[in-house]
Amino acid sequence: MLELQGLTRRFGDLVAVDSVRLVIPDGQMVGVIGRSGAGKSTLLRMVNRLTEPSEGRVLHEGQDVTALRGTALRRWRTDCAMIFQQFNLVQRLDVLTNVLVGRLNHRPGLLGTVTSLLKMFTAEERAMAIRALDRFDLAASALQRADTLSGGQQQRVAICRALLQEPKVILADEPIASLDPRNARTVMDALRQVNREDGITVLTNLHHLDTARQYCDRIVAMQSGRVMFDGTPAELTGARLREIYGVSEDEFEDQASEDTTMRPRPVAARLAVA
Amino acid sequence: MSTPALAAGALPGGEAVRAAEQAWLRRRRGRRLSFTVWGALFLLALGAASEIGEVSLARLAAGLPMAADYIGRTIPTLRWASLGEDLAEWMWGLDAWVLLLLDTILIAYTGTVLGAAAALLLSFPAASTLAPRWAVGASRRVLELARTVPTLVFALIFVYAFGLGPLAGVMAIALHSMGALGKLFAEVHENADLRPVEAVRAAGGSWGEAMRFGVLPQSLPGLLSFGLLRFEINVREASVLGIVGAGGIGEELYLSVRQFSYPDISAILLLLLATVTAIDLLCAALRRRVIGAENLRAA
Repeated sequence: MLELQGLTRRFGDLVAVDSVRLVIPDGQMVGVIGRSGAGKSTLLRMVNRLTEPSEGRVLHEGQDVTALRGTALRRWRTDCAMIFQQFNLVQRLDVLTNVLVGRLNHRPGLLGTVTSLLKMFTAEERAMAIRALDRFDLAASALQRADTLSGGQQQRVAICRALLQEPKVILADEPIASLDPRNARTVMDALRQVNREDGITVLTNLHHLDTARQYCDRIVAMQSGRVMFDGTPAELTGARLREIYGVSEDEFEDQASEDTTMRPRPVAARLAVA
Repeated sequence: MSTPALAAGALPGGEAVRAAEQAWLRRRRGRRLSFTVWGALFLLALGAASEIGEVSLARLAAGLPMAADYIGRTIPTLRWASLGEDLAEWMWGLDAWVLLLLDTILIAYTGTVLGAAAALLLSFPAASTLAPRWAVGASRRVLELARTVPTLVFALIFVYAFGLGPLAGVMAIALHSMGALGKLFAEVHENADLRPVEAVRAAGGSWGEAMRFGVLPQSLPGLLSFGLLRFEINVREASVLGIVGAGGIGEELYLSVRQFSYPDISAILLLLLATVTAIDLLCAALRRRVIGAENLRAA
């Protein structure tokens, strides 16, 4: 069970995320919707601590994740894989190595570290990567460079990387915002498959209500950092949506399309060293 | 051709042309003024520097024939009729010189490889986008120190420490290269896309693993290119290290200068020139391949 308690993040005077409380049971697929700037990404990034919360706690199986440091934090990040809008693969490395990055924290001791740095992975680890790739029909591309793949393929490679972490939770930050409709479908299908077959909890940000309705067990709607709705897709009626955002469902979808074509997420100017 | 006074008043086109012409004239006046002021300051600085640096035309005039004379003495006598013997006499030490040249190249090679390895390790903490400020500060200071001290000075110290011979030269080149390359490498890392780095961190990877898998693959072509450029420079540096007894061809060159064996000087310099040119061409070709291959893949 993943629990967010009063999670808040302020950037200067701006409250990006405002006392969010959520309880997510294991194996659920949750879609977080809202416009650009509603705080969806910040919320997700606080769960694996790529962004530090200003207030509040994140609990997983009763463990306070917000208090973790060093190797314990890295262990939590391994349990809680992340998928990014821009896939964040290493373009110049082959697909196989990109997927094996998911194993890095499963290689204990000095020997593990040294062999990792030399890119010396075992045959079992390579087989594991290939099996993951094969689930999404990508095994044949294993030795190609990541930048030779289409966006949809790259995102599925990123899902394979996440799977190799053997995570309990997957956080997907706008996984399909940079993809065309057909590729978006294959990626959402892949996430759904992972959620159903592997029992991994999926928490994903989405721009489109349609997608969230189609794929998620539960929808959380955010506006100005606050959770305005939390329930099943059926409960989020057009009337409810108008109450929250002041627009009809069609208008909401139009705005979402504009938002996604507008801009990719800004890149950090400096690596957060946590 | 137009005189400004005439142009400003008499040009057709009305107010817009007149105003633009006035602005243009004002700007030209401003530029001429600043050109005069900066020009005068430049000449003044040049004059002062020559005075302090004892650059005088009279001494230059007196010294030039001496230099020409020196160069003239180093030119060997080569007669068409006995070209073979004359060349053989000129290049009498060829075997030893070629070995010494190989020595020189090996000193440069080993020094560059060791220096680049050390530079690579220090370049990650020195990259301001990747490391905490204290680490950036500390590693940059170390790199600065290493590249501020000239190779020749390091060589003097290491000859004192390790004795005469190539080891001192290798150490000197490695240390100076570490400083010079470390800074350049860090700048290459700073241009790396941070998104893959964040992905490695988000997968539970350590900082070191994020550098290895997120940054290094992106920086590699840049590092290779700078490394090859440094090797070129180091071959030239290594050729003078012998002067302080740190191995290579330099010692032989210095000896012939001290003993006034004029034709030997030109023979060694010619061989050195050929070697350095060959290395330069080789490195340039390799660098083109590294960069060219990269552009091809990016396309």
